[in-house]
Amino acid sequence: MANKTGNQEKTYIFDDPKNIKRVLWGLYFVCGLTVLLDFVIHRHVDHPLEAVWGFYCIYGFVACVILVLIATEMRKVLMRKEDYYDE
Amino acid sequence: MSSFGSIAPFLIFYVGAALVAVTAGHVRSAIMLLTPVVGALNLYAMAADFNATFALFDYSLIVVRVDKLSTLFGYLFHLAAFLGIIFSLHLNDRMQQVTALLYAGSALGAVYAGDLLTLFLSWEMLAITSFFLVLARRTERAFSAGMRYLIIQVLSGVLLLAGTVVIGYTTGSFAFDKMTLEGLGPTLIFIAFGIKCAFPALHNWLTDAYPESTPSGTVFLSAFSTKVAVYAFARGFPGTELLVYIGATMAMFPIFFAVIENDLRRVLSYSLINQVGFMVCGIGIGTSLAINGAVSHAFSHVLYKSLLFMSMGAVLYRTGKMNGSDLGGLYKSMPWTTVFCIVGAASISAFPLFSGFVSKSMVMYAAIKEGHPFVWLALLFASAGVFHHAGIKIPYFAFFAHDSGIRCKEAPLNMLIAMGLTAALCIFIGSYPWWLYSMLPYPVDYAPYTWAHVLTQCQLLFFSALAFVWLQLRGLYPPELPSTNIDVEWTYRKMLPAFVTAVRRVVRQVTDRIRREGGQIISTASNRIEALASQTGILGSTWAISTTAMWILILLTGYIFIFYI
Repeated sequence: MANKTGNQEKTYIFDDPKNIKRVLWGLYFVCGLTVLLDFVIHRHVDHPLEAVWGFYCIYGFVACVILVLIATEMRKVLMRKEDYYDE
Repeated sequence: MSSFGSIAPFLIFYVGAALVAVTAGHVRSAIMLLTPVVGALNLYAMAADFNATFALFDYSLIVVRVDKLSTLFGYLFHLAAFLGIIFSLHLNDRMQQVTALLYAGSALGAVYAGDLLTLFLSWEMLAITSFFLVLARRTERAFSAGMRYLIIQVLSGVLLLAGTVVIGYTTGSFAFDKMTLEGLGPTLIFIAFGIKCAFPALHNWLTDAYPESTPSGTVFLSAFSTKVAVYAFARGFPGTELLVYIGATMAMFPIFFAVIENDLRRVLSYSLINQVGFMVCGIGIGTSLAINGAVSHAFSHVLYKSLLFMSMGAVLYRTGKMNGSDLGGLYKSMPWTTVFCIVGAASISAFPLFSGFVSKSMVMYAAIKEGHPFVWLALLFASAGVFHHAGIKIPYFAFFAHDSGIRCKEAPLNMLIAMGLTAALCIFIGSYPWWLYSMLPYPVDYAPYTWAHVLTQCQLLFFSALAFVWLQLRGLYPPELPSTNIDVEWTYRKMLPAFVTAVRRVVRQVTDRIRREGGQIISTASNRIEALASQTGILGSTWAISTTAMWILILLTGYIFIFYI
């Protein structure tokens, strides 16, 4: 909906911080749900590690944190100016 | 004139390209759209074991060899070409449109090649036609990236030819069938395939050139070259154990680069290598489940990767920007593109009901079953990582994140149609995988939709998302910065030129010194000789008779002495 004054822009869904909060709470809820379902659904296990409770939850979270932390360290070594190759 | 159903698939595209070159406007668009349709009908009419040979001197070249593997890739390439053509219909760029068709045709030529010589010819045509797609951006950066791209692609072709010649000489046959990685010939061919497949350390041509192409050029590029290499490995080296470890490495290392890369199409190029890693790994495992996984993953990959490159292409087309640091908040201006990008992101991340879910898991399951637990863990890490950088980072930094203030028009209609169709296919394959499964080279005995698989995949992905949120909120996530990250290309773009410059400097110093000091040495020497021969010099002066007689006596004595011993 365009504002009557014309020079003010229409507000979009994520302009409201409440909606961002809602998305985040939705994510937390889904994460909690998948953990709870781990008790309910019998998982067929192909590898002993999979039998560890919440293995995929922990692995997914830890993998991403490690990924980002290593990548941040790599940046210190690898990052150059944007026109590095143009010089 | 051969009848329908027995035309070499590449020929239809080459004829289409020739017609596109001499037409314009709606006629050209119609020809471009019809080419893959006619091609697909030709494939449909083709007998399941059709072979077409062509005599060249003493050799008969198998230009078309039809079996389940080539047919699957054949249809895939027709589909990818069709979608790419719709995406590029707004263009009025003859060079780009002609080379796009030639490029797709060359990929078909390679996939249907029954012998190594035909494969080599298609391989080189792929290199040359795709080179023009890189150039099509018509910037200086694109030109130099294109030149580097061409050199590396031609190198791959030369290795393939050398390997072909060695194999032809030792075995007397050019047949392109399963090989073992022993001896010079197969090794050369393995490396040639490896270059095109973007093996670790041989990968940089891809991340260098693809992001420099046009919005639609990259869509074509992402679909064909590497997948031709995947096909070539599936045909030539299935079950080669080395490929398992190469594949796992390919799946792992690009995700680190993708996290810190700013150019979003370069992020996608890194994730392309990561996804091809899964395929290479499956081919290396080599069981029917693993090969099915690799091939079906190639199929879903071409679609979702095209979709992601299309959405980024649309952003580039509308905003002229591609760096994460310049973009953000575009969901306001390009809502449809945002939705399609998210479908592509969900597919590459292998969310249930999206295409990656039904194909990638076959490779991972095969890795466990065949006793590669560490490879399995690496692939699992790569699965979490790909969601992180392609699934979240791409849509987040382009369409959400902080509002960049850019307000533009939604993508053109033809782009939206192309993205919509591709997105629909991604969801169709993910929700109804049995259509894809029925085309795979081996009978499929795999059920993707078990409660356990859906749950574990959701756990992996949602907790990866949670990690992203946590890192963002804690300020630990590396911000998008205008930057270049050095990769293997540093060796040939910086180190090698620096080395050459250093060598030239040393050579110049040495030659300068020789020129300078050499002149002095010569003039000093000639002065001394002159002095010796002058009237006061030892040779030029007049000697007394007695002295001369004594010298003659000494010389003659010496002579007699030497004569008698």
